[in-house]
Amino acid sequence: MKLLTCPVNGARPVSEFFYWGEVRDMPDPARASDAEWAAYVFNRNGAPGVKREWWYHLASGVWFIAERDTQRDDVLRTYLWGEG
Amino acid sequence: MPLGLLRFALSREHPEPRMFTRRDRLKPAYDVVIIGAGGHGLAAAYYLARDHGITNVAVLEKGYIGGGNTGRNTTIIRSNYLTPEGVAFYDLSVKLWQDLSEEFDLNLFYSTRGHFTLAHTDSAMRTMRWRAEVNKHFGVESEVVDAKAVAEALPMMDITCAGHAPVMGALYHKPGAIARHDAVAWGYGRGADRRGVEIHQRTEVTGIELKGGRVVGVKTSRGDIATNKVLCAVAGSTPCVTDMVGLRTPLYVHPLQAMVSEPVKPWLDPIIVSGSLHVYVSQSARGELVMGASLDPYELHNTRSTLDFVEGLAAHMLDMFPFLAHVNVNRQWAGMADMTPDFAPIMGRTPVEGFYLDAGWGTWGFKATPVSGKTMAATVANDANDPLIEGFNLSRFADYRLTGEKGAASVGH
Repeated sequence: MKLLTCPVNGARPVSEFFYWGEVRDMPDPARASDAEWAAYVFNRNGAPGVKREWWYHLASGVWFIAERDTQRDDVLRTYLWGEG
Repeated sequence: MPLGLLRFALSREHPEPRMFTRRDRLKPAYDVVIIGAGGHGLAAAYYLARDHGITNVAVLEKGYIGGGNTGRNTTIIRSNYLTPEGVAFYDLSVKLWQDLSEEFDLNLFYSTRGHFTLAHTDSAMRTMRWRAEVNKHFGVESEVVDAKAVAEALPMMDITCAGHAPVMGALYHKPGAIARHDAVAWGYGRGADRRGVEIHQRTEVTGIELKGGRVVGVKTSRGDIATNKVLCAVAGSTPCVTDMVGLRTPLYVHPLQAMVSEPVKPWLDPIIVSGSLHVYVSQSARGELVMGASLDPYELHNTRSTLDFVEGLAAHMLDMFPFLAHVNVNRQWAGMADMTPDFAPIMGRTPVEGFYLDAGWGTWGFKATPVSGKTMAATVANDANDPLIEGFNLSRFADYRLTGEKGAASVGH
C-alpha cells in the first residue's frame, strides 16, 4: 500500500496518514466489570483479516474509516464515520 | 579440493552427519508439543530434554528451522533494560549466551562489542541515568558517558548528527554483543534432536483440541496428535494460535524491517543505537553493516519490504556517518513483530490449562532466546511459572500491573 484514498482529499501518499487501530465498541464504563474493562483497554484482535480501522489525514485533519485486508495490505474501501 | 577428500564424499562408511534427524511421520502422542521451531521454541525443547529429562517432545514448524524472526533480527544481545524484572531476566540470558558456542560445539560467532545507546535530548539522558542505576543495582555493567567520551570512542561518527540531533551522551553497556542468529536455532535444534526431541518442519498447526478447558490434542497438516501440554512460540503468528484456544491477548502485529550493506573493511567495533534517529547498527563478522529502525507505522501480517524504510534509515545513517554515502545496500527484509502495550513479553501459564505462551517478543526477542528457553522449559515441566518470568505473565494486564520496558526495549517512540 503506497496510496490511501481519503474520503475528502482523494488518493494521497500513505505517509500523510496516521493509523489509529481497529474500530472497537466501548463497553459502558458504569456497568462493565473490572475484567471487561481491562479486556477493552488492553486486548486486541491481533489475527490477520479484513478489519475496519481508524485513519487520520494529518494535513487536513480528517478522521475516517478504512476497510483493509491486513495480510494483503489492500484497502477495500474508505469512508467517513457514519457513512459506511 | 584435495582429491583425497573425494573418497569420503563417495564412501558409505563416512556419511556426513546431518544436523537434524529427518522424521517421516508424527507419533500419535507426545508429552509436550512446541509450536514454532525458531530459537525460542528449540531452546525450550533443548532445556526440557537436558534439564528436565522430558524428551517425548515434538517441535512443529510450518516453515523451516529459524526462518521466522530468529533469522530476521539484527542479532543484538544486551541486558541494560529498565525494570528490575527485565534486567534480571536479560542478565541471565547474556550469561547463558557466553557459554553457548562451547556447549553446542558450534561457532555462534558470539562477539562482545560494547553497546552505545546515544542520547540526543535531556529526557533521553534522564532515561539513560535511570537505566544505568537500575542496571548497576543488579550488577550489570552499564554507565552513562558524556558527549566527549562518545566522541573519543566513536571518532568516525559526526557527533552533531549533521546538526539535527547533537549527541549529549550515551548509555554504555560493555557486555553488548552480537551473534550469528541462524546458528543459535541450529545449535539448540541439534542439541534437542540428539536428546530425542522430534523436529517436524513443514508441519502446520491447524487447530488445538480442548476438553473441559484443558488442552488434549493438536491438529496439524500432517495428522492429529494427543498431548496435554502445548507451548506456543510463534512470534507474529501468535494471535492465530491463541484464537484456536479462544484466548484473548493484547498482542498486535506490526512489521519490523532491517537491511544490510555490502561488506566493507572493519571500522565499526561497538553496536550503536540512537532512539531519536531510529537507528541501530553493528558490523558483522563478514563486514556488512546490519541496520534496523523502528516499526512500520500500521498493522500488517506480511513480510514485505518498502523503499520508504530504506530511504528513511539511510538518511539517518548518513546523519551519523556521512562517509557511508557511497556504500550500497545489499538486502532488506521484514519480520512480523508481536507487540505488547508495555514492551515486555507475555510468558508462562494461561487460563487455558496446558497451554503455555512464549510471546510478545516484539522487537526484543533474539537476545532472550536462551533465558526464555530455560524459563519456559521449567514452566512447562513444573506447570508453574518460573520465578524469573512472574513479571511477564498474561494476567498482568487484567491486574493493571504492567512491566514498562518502553524506554529500553526499542527505538522510535
